[in-house]
Amino acid sequence: MAMAPPTESVGTSRERSAALRLGRLLLSEYFVLVLCVVYVAAIYPFVPEIVSREVAGNILSDMMPLLVVAIGQTFVLIIAGIDLSVTAIISMSAVVGASVMTGTNGYLGNSAFAVPGAIIAMLAVGFMVGAINGLGVVKLNMPSFIVTLATRMFFAGAAIWYVTFHSTSSSIANLPQGFSVFATGSIAGIPYTVIVAGLIGVGAHLLLSRTRFGRWVYAVGANPNAARISGIPVGRTIILTFLISGLCASVASTMYVSRMQTGSPITGENILLDVIGAVVIGGTSLFGGKGKIIWTVFGVLFLLLIDTSMKLLGASLFAIYMIKGSVILAAAVVDTLRHRLLVKR
Amino acid sequence: MAKLLEVEGLTKSFFGVTVLHEVTFSLDRGEALGLVGENGSGKSTSMNILGGVHQPSAGIMRLEGTDYAPANPRAAMEAGIAFIHQELNLFPNLTIEENLFIDAFPRRSILPLIDRAQIRRRSEELLAQVDLAHKPSTSVSRLSQGERQLVEIAKALSRNARLIIFDEPTTSLTRPEVERLFAIIDRLKARGIGIIYISHALEDVMTVCDHVTVLRDGHVAGGGRTSELDLQKIISMMVGRSIDAIYPERTVKPRPDVVLEVTGLSQPGVAENITFKIHAGEVVGLAGLMGAGRSELARMLFGLDPFLHGTITIDGKELVKPTPQKAMEAGIAFLTEDRRGEGLVMDFSISDNMVLASLEDMAGALGLLDTGRIAKAAREMGASMHLSTTQVDETLVKHLSGGNQQKVVIGKWLRRAPKLFILDEPTRGIDVGAKQEVYRIINRLVEDGSAVLLISSEIEELIGLSDRILTITRGELTGEFARRDFDREAIMTAATGLAGSREAAE
Repeated sequence: MAMAPPTESVGTSRERSAALRLGRLLLSEYFVLVLCVVYVAAIYPFVPEIVSREVAGNILSDMMPLLVVAIGQTFVLIIAGIDLSVTAIISMSAVVGASVMTGTNGYLGNSAFAVPGAIIAMLAVGFMVGAINGLGVVKLNMPSFIVTLATRMFFAGAAIWYVTFHSTSSSIANLPQGFSVFATGSIAGIPYTVIVAGLIGVGAHLLLSRTRFGRWVYAVGANPNAARISGIPVGRTIILTFLISGLCASVASTMYVSRMQTGSPITGENILLDVIGAVVIGGTSLFGGKGKIIWTVFGVLFLLLIDTSMKLLGASLFAIYMIKGSVILAAAVVDTLRHRLLVKR
Repeated sequence: MAKLLEVEGLTKSFFGVTVLHEVTFSLDRGEALGLVGENGSGKSTSMNILGGVHQPSAGIMRLEGTDYAPANPRAAMEAGIAFIHQELNLFPNLTIEENLFIDAFPRRSILPLIDRAQIRRRSEELLAQVDLAHKPSTSVSRLSQGERQLVEIAKALSRNARLIIFDEPTTSLTRPEVERLFAIIDRLKARGIGIIYISHALEDVMTVCDHVTVLRDGHVAGGGRTSELDLQKIISMMVGRSIDAIYPERTVKPRPDVVLEVTGLSQPGVAENITFKIHAGEVVGLAGLMGAGRSELARMLFGLDPFLHGTITIDGKELVKPTPQKAMEAGIAFLTEDRRGEGLVMDFSISDNMVLASLEDMAGALGLLDTGRIAKAAREMGASMHLSTTQVDETLVKHLSGGNQQKVVIGKWLRRAPKLFILDEPTRGIDVGAKQEVYRIINRLVEDGSAVLLISSEIEELIGLSDRILTITRGELTGEFARRDFDREAIMTAATGLAGSREAAE
């Protein structure tokens, strides 16, 4: 461009470079982050409080459990599976954990081991359901949609049933103070939940991008036959992704329970579509083989920005659903456009 | 009388890059024209222009004297040009007759009801014309690859095609199916239909075609009547230089130590008491028809398919209940015949594919993968095989040509320095230059003391590369030939199962 082009081509070349820049932005890893910034700038005149410290803090603490579940879901989506059971895992973990640590007839109630014991029990629930999902998919060769739909229904019901043995009301309350600190406390101004979710995020990112297991996950998602012939333990990889998803869901459950200070069998019931929507908005493919943790972080952030700003605007719940639906549809359209651009290159 | 098809000065540029330079060829009614050239020589582009997918930047085309400039594939179809693609465009879930009439179901009246009786009658006529002995109501999913191709041809006939273009029609056919296809092509020619035949299998081109046009780098590099050409001439036109020896000389002899020993391998319906050895530094060729158990044997050795009886021993150690992981640990590498489906992860970069089977060597600090080391390993491997690009991290393998893709699969396995390399159809669908590279790699492997089991449908290739050839028919080894006894006829006879006895045994 240093040399002056003939005058008549100036317009077209400028247009072309603008189109090129737009194309590059669409293809960029940080596209959704850019969308977040644009969105905040656009909504700022209407709800200036969106950039306040308080709202930002709320978004951050709302984001953490959703993010942790979405990170687990990202692994499963990359192997071309889906985990519908995450919300049931959250509910089941919540009531099992609460039943261990509650001061009213809890298994370890009022003892020093109440909180660690409850956390272990909650993680065990996630591990167990994840194992059932993974083994069902691999050993019985069933589609993950069906397996996790079944475990979702089963454990959502089981959680309610479980409460009837441990409480006279519909949830398990009277949880120890030490547990709610997890939701409220912070180190150097950084909430514990953010630290935990941050560590999980960094760990998951390294696992996916920088380890053998990570390559296995992508290869199994993109072409299981080639993966098998390259000596990759395909079955084990699939089972592990469901274990990761289950464990992540139970970690999210600890966050929800400590915030609500009660073990309710409907904890997390409504977040499934938010989770899958957020991962897909981020750019992870439902057809497998493609996805990144950082994309998922941006996807969750974007969804929560919409959620929060709409609430601040006083939009009703149904309006928020309609807008979220449109955004997820738009994300799908953008993803298709990105694909076309990539193919053209 | 005007020619059926005349193409003059066809030129095409994409984004300022000219991929076709004034390509000119012509074709008479009832003639077959072979279009050959390495990958990227412009065959697909010229066919895409003929089919209305792309529009030419310059040049004219005439069909029976009238100008022909299709704006889209539909216009090409209506002008009477039909394509039979390598990957067939049929709906396996529908029946033959539904596939034949999928885009033009005859109506019974003004009501939107399909005239089943007419479809049935027309379908039966069409199937008779291509010698397909199936009912029109048979589901396409039950047809073999060759039979599906006949359905495609019948579909072209139903559109009154004047010109039928075959793109690599024989790659997935068995030999008898190929023979039948050629007979039908002859019949089409007799009816005055023109044929354009595109293939890497030059011998087939010589059999089928009356004329050959050779493309190189978007130019017409030569051509003529097949009766006045031979394979050597065509190959030298394709590569632009004469290739003295297609099969490079090998300096080493097999060593006495046995790498692979297979004893009494049996699996009902697949393998029958298979026993053989491969020595270090030896290439053993396996000849047989498709479905005779060649690939099945390879899959059993690599632990992909089960077997009931028998033992597999590598370097004196038995491979008990093999799995791909165990086979790899024992030193086996396996290049499958299905490059796209099983060899590569098409959406991965060259680097990621190259290291997929040797990730354990790529760990850096804290056990995390060292991406720098991965790129370096991939670049070195790519350079040693003359890969077309050095952009190993950025290039996805799906954007490579077939030959370069095959090099990536081979490189993936060479990184493990295999003791035994099983190669199933390593040169299928790749151009002459890439073929030679594969041959050189095989030679380098055995010179380093590895053993190679080579499976190929091209008997010349087996004869050119093997130290020994085994023939397999219906899961049974039917013959063994030492290099000095190589004889095309005898090997073919044993491989097709016509001879009853083990001939020319060592």
